Amino acid sequence: MCTYQTERISITGSGKGATGWFALSDATVYFDHPVHAMAEHTLNIDFLNPAGGPAARVAVELTAASARELAAAIEAALASVPAELAS
Amino acid sequence: MSEGLTARTISITGHGGDEIEAYLAVPDDEVTSRGSVVVIHHMPGYDSSTKEIVRKFAANGYAALMPNLYYREAPGASPDDAAATARAQGGVPDDRLVGDVAGAAGQLRGLARSNGKVGVIGYCSGGRQSFLAACSLDLDAAVDCYGACIVNPPPAGAPVTLTPIVGMAKDLSCPLLGLFGADDKLPTPQETAELSKVLDELGKPHEFHTYEGAGHAFFAVNRPAYRPEAANDGWQRIWDFYGKYLAG
Repeated sequence: MCTYQTERISITGSGKGATGWFALSDATVYFDHPVHAMAEHTLNIDFLNPAGGPAARVAVELTAASARELAAAIEAALASVPAELAS
Repeated sequence: MSEGLTARTISITGHGGDEIEAYLAVPDDEVTSRGSVVVIHHMPGYDSSTKEIVRKFAANGYAALMPNLYYREAPGASPDDAAATARAQGGVPDDRLVGDVAGAAGQLRGLARSNGKVGVIGYCSGGRQSFLAACSLDLDAAVDCYGACIVNPPPAGAPVTLTPIVGMAKDLSCPLLGLFGADDKLPTPQETAELSKVLDELGKPHEFHTYEGAGHAFFAVNRPAYRPEAANDGWQRIWDFYGKYLAG
């Protein structure tokens, strides 16, 4: 199925794409068909800079289990540092 | 049938007079009068696998044309980047889709050997858009391959442009072939049964097939969702359907 669902957030940071590093301003998160991963559905994240055009994108397609592990790892990494460093 | 064909990228006039990219495939044969098909790509975009479907129609005797629905957002971009950009911007507005299909249909009717008959087919989100086009334009045959959100509203978080369109069924201009998977969740068999019921009540000719053991995207030969038995039977249904309504 196509879920059509899309979460979109504004972000600050940088990503490395096909042409090197660039600033990121947006991210979309959705559970839908992947382009490359061999699964019917994956948790897909696009890190974007729309001002840089469609190719200014870092994309990942993760299985649901991997996505949950990633989310937990991100929370664990942030929790392990002093709050003033990760505010 | 030789299955010889010529395929190329062209520019067509779409919604609002915009020039957009499109992929055209035409049989290399001596037939003097043939039907045509507008192919609506799936949500992942104007990609090589859908271009292969366009060529398949030409190999089977139809002129086929697929407009790049994401061309405005991402001209020249790779299909996956274009799809991501279009998704982030809320998807393709319904009125723009209709205008682009109208432009593609006009382009096909203008081909030298066109018999004036144009069908439409769409996959995934394109299935809904195929129904939308057939309810908005004067077409000769429409195929909906597992299109959702025709009867039921989209899930929370879906692009705002995606709304149920079953209310347009009274304006359906041509016979409709629906090909669905019994294991699909969008659309569910219940949703497609409801659509069939509405079309029955309106006296609109349609033919729906729901395949056991198949889910969404069972035609996609490069995906784990591919189900050869359903896809092979589905293709035969398509050839029979278009042969009936687009021939001559």
